[in-house]
Amino acid sequence: MRRSYWWYLLPIGIGFTAVVAVPFAANVVLSFFRWKGGIAPLHWNGFGNYSDLLHDANFWLSFRNSVFMIVAIVVIPTGAGILLAATLVDYLGKRFGARAASFLRATYYLPQILPIAVAGFIWSWILDPGSGSVNTFLRSVGVSDPPDWLGSPSLALYSVMLMLVWLQLGYPLVIFMAALSRVDPELYEAAAIDGAGWWRQFGAITLPTVRPEIFIVVLTATVAALKVFAPILILTGGGPEGSTLVPSYYAYRNFFELSQVGYGSTIATVMAVVIFGVAAVLLGWQRRVERRA
Amino acid sequence: MTVSLAAERTTAVVEHRPRRRSPFTWIVLALAGLLALLMSSPFLLMVLNAFKTGADYSSHGPIALPRSFSLDAFSNYLSLVDFPVALWNSVLISTVVAFGGVALSLLSAYPIGVGRVRGSGLILAGLLLSTMLPHEALIYPLFYGAQATHTFNTVWSVIIVFVVLQGAFGTYLLASVMGTVPKEILEAAAIDGAGRWQILWRIVLPILRPTLSVLVVFFFIWTWNEFYIPVVLLADQSSQTVPIALSTLRGQHSIDITVLNAGSLLSLLPTLVFFLIFQRTLNRGVTAGAVK
Repeated sequence: MRRSYWWYLLPIGIGFTAVVAVPFAANVVLSFFRWKGGIAPLHWNGFGNYSDLLHDANFWLSFRNSVFMIVAIVVIPTGAGILLAATLVDYLGKRFGARAASFLRATYYLPQILPIAVAGFIWSWILDPGSGSVNTFLRSVGVSDPPDWLGSPSLALYSVMLMLVWLQLGYPLVIFMAALSRVDPELYEAAAIDGAGWWRQFGAITLPTVRPEIFIVVLTATVAALKVFAPILILTGGGPEGSTLVPSYYAYRNFFELSQVGYGSTIATVMAVVIFGVAAVLLGWQRRVERRA
Repeated sequence: MTVSLAAERTTAVVEHRPRRRSPFTWIVLALAGLLALLMSSPFLLMVLNAFKTGADYSSHGPIALPRSFSLDAFSNYLSLVDFPVALWNSVLISTVVAFGGVALSLLSAYPIGVGRVRGSGLILAGLLLSTMLPHEALIYPLFYGAQATHTFNTVWSVIIVFVVLQGAFGTYLLASVMGTVPKEILEAAAIDGAGRWQILWRIVLPILRPTLSVLVVFFFIWTWNEFYIPVVLLADQSSQTVPIALSTLRGQHSIDITVLNAGSLLSLLPTLVFFLIFQRTLNRGVTAGAVK
């Protein structure tokens, strides 16, 4: 009676088909059409949308900006997260008590539980050129002409990145701190007796311990970075001059503002392919590292 | 606030063997405290300005202390947004998705983790891929489908979508956890005459309860904070969630910043309370999610 197990898969089978499989397939099909959406007629366009995409400067710009998003969401928070986790667990935690460490952890984690709409509003207000807190503060300390953080094409991307680092930091930190709780404290003590300093302990004990978690964080955060949307919509709307345009916002604009549904679907399909590709590379890399270890 | 609180706590807790505290140690603590202050400063600024009057804000700016305590901004926000309706929508959506998603995960992880049906690996790979799929690649057909099924502008469109999406992730996670349930227990139950349905409810469910409660908390908060799909599917005020209601106000320049701060504070309060109550569960959950 092996077969009766299949009944349990029926609900997710139906749900998955209706919510993921069919919509995604429909999206891929739409990417071969020109369509204004709604009751407008569909026009077969073959690979036209894809070849347009290849020559679309905005699209390439949005992908270049994705690299910046990866720096802000993956590289900086993961690196800082390991250092912070190690500092909190095996330095401050030992000298000031575990409660101090967990209080600091909770504070760093706070942005993670915030609705993105709230985070976006607060930051666009804090960075406002005229009445924002940052510029009010800068003026009060004598900077006569503080920058327009979100309005200047050369600065906006970095301002968005700053907000994303703030938003993201708590996630790797919490995961790494949990991982470090696996380490037997005597291991550090033994290392200290052998004369290993903090950095030596960090390299020999802390880093190898959190390696599986580093992989999880890098994978999930990279996928998140390639999909980042709401902060861009709320903070800059892709501007100024497209300097903060990202693929998902570009797709959104094509869907709901420019009524170019087919082209939006093409962007979304390419995004999915890129994300799967990056994830496959990361998963393959992890498997190789694990086999070696 | 943060720094002083941190200092208070540190003096209150005495370790068994307090280490030597060199000046350098204090410098590290001060830096960690400063970072905590920086990380929480957007929250502090929001609280500071939510209790100001509009006039106070415009004449003294965002970083001055309020001259008087005022709840005007809150009452203004409540007059602009039907907050009780948005709150109810958010609570309804998040609760149904949290429990529905976990129930779905439990059902579908069972044949994979315990039953080990053929093709389990393929099913899991499909579910994993779907958790990575950008919502952009689903949104227009979902938008169309919601209109076709008359669930557009109702909470049900969002509930159905997120029960499945969270359920896909939950299945992926639970399947591996279920694989760790000792075989002996399952076999003993089967010998005693328990059917598959009974084994799921009487044996597997109780063993997995801690993990399931973590998932409920996670699904609740994630769904509460969702932005992209709700902003598209819930265009009407009567179906909007708390974050979406806030974001629709943002573009309107006639609105006082203090009102938006009050609205932001109201919008994050429910998840903050939820977070404080379930902090321990969450910590456990992050670990459960990380260790496969």
